[in-house]
Amino acid sequence: MILDSKIPQGPLEQKWDNYKKKAKLVNPANRKKLDIIVVGTGLAGSSAAASLGEMGYNVKSFCFQDSPRRAHSVAAQGGVNAAKNYKNDGDSVYRMFADTLKGGDFRAREANVYRMAECSLNLIDQAVAQGVPFGREYGGYLNNRSFGGVQVSRTFYARGQTGQQLLLGAYQALMRQVGKGSVQLFSRHEMLDLVIIDGKARGIIVRNLDTGEIERHAAHAVILATGGYGKIYYLSTLAMGCNGSAIWRAHKKGALMASPSWIQVHPTSLPQSGDYQSKLTLMSESLRNDGRIWVPAKQDENRAPNDIPENERDYYLERRYPAFGNLAPRDISSRAAKERIDAGYGTGPLKNAVYLDFSKAIKEQGKEKIKEKYGNLFDMYLKITGYDAYKEPMMISPSAHFSMGGLWVDYELMTTIPGLFALGEANFADHGANRLGANSLLQASVDGYFIAPYTIANYLADEIHTGKISPDTPEFEQAENAVKKQIQDLMNIKGTKTVDYFHKTLGKLLYDYCGLARNEKGLQYAIQEIRKLKQEFHKDVRVSGQVNTMNAELEKAGRVADYFEIGELMCYDALTRNESCGAHFREEFQTPDGEAMRNDAEYQFISAWKWTGENGEPELIREPLIFEEIQPTVRSYK
Amino acid sequence: MDLHLKIWRQKDRKSEGKLVNYDLKGLNPHMSFLEMLDTLNEKLIIEGDEPVEFDHDCREGICGQCGMMINGIAHGPLKHTTTCQLHLRSFKDGETILIEPFKAEAFPVKKDLKVDRSAFDRIISSGGFVSVNTGQAPDATAIPVTHQTAEEAFDSAACIGCGACVATCKNGSAALFTSAKITHMALLPQGKEERSKRVLDMVAQMDAELFGHCSNTEACEVECPQGISVLNIARMNFEYNRALFFNKKG
Repeated sequence: MILDSKIPQGPLEQKWDNYKKKAKLVNPANRKKLDIIVVGTGLAGSSAAASLGEMGYNVKSFCFQDSPRRAHSVAAQGGVNAAKNYKNDGDSVYRMFADTLKGGDFRAREANVYRMAECSLNLIDQAVAQGVPFGREYGGYLNNRSFGGVQVSRTFYARGQTGQQLLLGAYQALMRQVGKGSVQLFSRHEMLDLVIIDGKARGIIVRNLDTGEIERHAAHAVILATGGYGKIYYLSTLAMGCNGSAIWRAHKKGALMASPSWIQVHPTSLPQSGDYQSKLTLMSESLRNDGRIWVPAKQDENRAPNDIPENERDYYLERRYPAFGNLAPRDISSRAAKERIDAGYGTGPLKNAVYLDFSKAIKEQGKEKIKEKYGNLFDMYLKITGYDAYKEPMMISPSAHFSMGGLWVDYELMTTIPGLFALGEANFADHGANRLGANSLLQASVDGYFIAPYTIANYLADEIHTGKISPDTPEFEQAENAVKKQIQDLMNIKGTKTVDYFHKTLGKLLYDYCGLARNEKGLQYAIQEIRKLKQEFHKDVRVSGQVNTMNAELEKAGRVADYFEIGELMCYDALTRNESCGAHFREEFQTPDGEAMRNDAEYQFISAWKWTGENGEPELIREPLIFEEIQPTVRSYK
Repeated sequence: MDLHLKIWRQKDRKSEGKLVNYDLKGLNPHMSFLEMLDTLNEKLIIEGDEPVEFDHDCREGICGQCGMMINGIAHGPLKHTTTCQLHLRSFKDGETILIEPFKAEAFPVKKDLKVDRSAFDRIISSGGFVSVNTGQAPDATAIPVTHQTAEEAFDSAACIGCGACVATCKNGSAALFTSAKITHMALLPQGKEERSKRVLDMVAQMDAELFGHCSNTEACEVECPQGISVLNIARMNFEYNRALFFNKKG
């Protein structure tokens, strides 16, 4: 199988324009003949559903939450990037493209990354027009701040709740279409399978989470905008319901999965404090604009942070990466924290944290200024930990966060299944092996607002004579029966261990052997252990409650069943990549001073994986990465 | 620490509910309230009982999905806090805690502690937006907004839609939720064009959903996790009267 990325011809800065000029259109009168399913209502899903609804297509929008406004984009804190150069500090689309490509360790497609930077300009305009209350200068113009991995201020923000405000903008646009009848909303519905007819994506099977009813929905195209699968580690910064099931079911139906092992570990989350814990809360990376990160200079320090004098502190990011200091990219900052913690310099009751200290910024700018910038984050820290970060440093620690891997898509954001598109975090594109801060909201939004409406029209232009797709076909029946059987099988096990027990055990395995650092022996061990755990799950899990009613345990069980398979593939992927790049740090491949050692000669490609059946080994298909504009260089932030 | 829980159990919308007693021992005071419920559910599953259904997702205080009455208070005893951000250190060892779903005519119970808050979505759908299609926007700098106005609009836009305001109101009014969106939009130049139509449509939808009227007890602001001010309600009333007075929908 040869992967065709469909990158348009022409110079980099003209590729997207060239594509749009030549893309096929659907006549407005024909759009109402075409049905589109959008799964997920985060930034990518809401913006896509709203935009396609506005254009006149019949759209069905699905989410598992009780309202589309709850999707996890709502929790993103720090900001959204756009190369507006409002600060006159030398920013440009090209510089943003270069920063993103370098930040991702040269493991993304040039054309995709450039397009994201290009569309960032429109996104800010769109969001402001929707009423997103971004931070403003006193003169009334938009303000910016800086994020990790860059040396300009290009991050637009709405206090520490940028994701919430952008999502509400997209949600409101979506609800406007719901009111007009162009979008039908199905909240509390979870996609459990993809239906393929004659090789094309033609619908989905969902479970109504209120009634337990299994429903069939048919369409001419299916969009998956379901976010990432970082919750596979159990302890992560993600919402409890975030999962990889929709994309995994699509993978098992033939869509390739790309780079599954690239899961970003965020450097600034709150540390784990006990076994009962269900998640690790993220503190925005924007805090690193004013906070200084340090650990005590001596091991096993027991003094309170404020009692440790300046000359007995190790500001290790400033020491190791003087050019970027506390704003070093996430992979670098996370690994540097792990290195200090593992070496015995960790702080806090479990010695698993580092300090993020605002005392200097408070002294220089005053408490009120810091409060205005980050007030809600300090409040959140106080609520969760009981400590006042205005008075003593925050304790922070790395934790699993964003999956750069996902369904393989071409330039049109179409998967290897015709008619199946993947947007936002559900696809693998744009971030390479490491995502720069504030690019997540951006990618999700531009995929939905500005890219999918063009590329899906290009696909649907050939579908106008297809006619209504019927959900009463053998393909739908077969998919529905398979879903019902899986649910019944899970209910029939009636074992002795809870779903959460399995999820936590799997998460710990992955964190230890396929987390911040990996090695060959550990990955091979993890694959064997995951297989054993999966077998045990299918023999000994206990799913309580009934099938035909609301049942949160059953929802979780289906997701964890998929996590075993995703976890195994993550380990396979990590095992085959004999290099260190971005979020993938193979211990065997590092420089003498502990930096990642990339191997462009052998690994300058995207790993796309094909499902070969329950007992088969996944098959690796390579998409070579060709760099015409920027030649990969050693990534240094020193 | 040990806790004695009295939890509302209700099979579905049509069934009658009742309070059921549960005891939990040896809990860590740093545990969040929802993690305590997770612990209870693990125990119930192992013992062969059905776990308690409750809504939650982000567990960071921002998605607005969690929410229950704890000892009669929406989201529990801590001010300006969602249930997921409440920790057991806010309770005493050995305390009895009463846990019930949000109660309001417009929020029917689905099961146990889960309620149906889709009425909020329908209120937004009736007018809580700026009518701008994708791709029509002018350059963002073309619409200057003063720092103070943007901050004020943000204060209203920060509503998470959890429904605590409704649950705590003796009339089950959605005035705080609706007014926060009306104020957010009315303050900004982008939202001004549709301000009259918006307030008339949203208030009409709020009434159609069987939310009660606001009688200015201000309990909603006290229990709001985001500290949304009742001044939003004053602005909604102003906008409503303005729209009626000028008798226009534009």
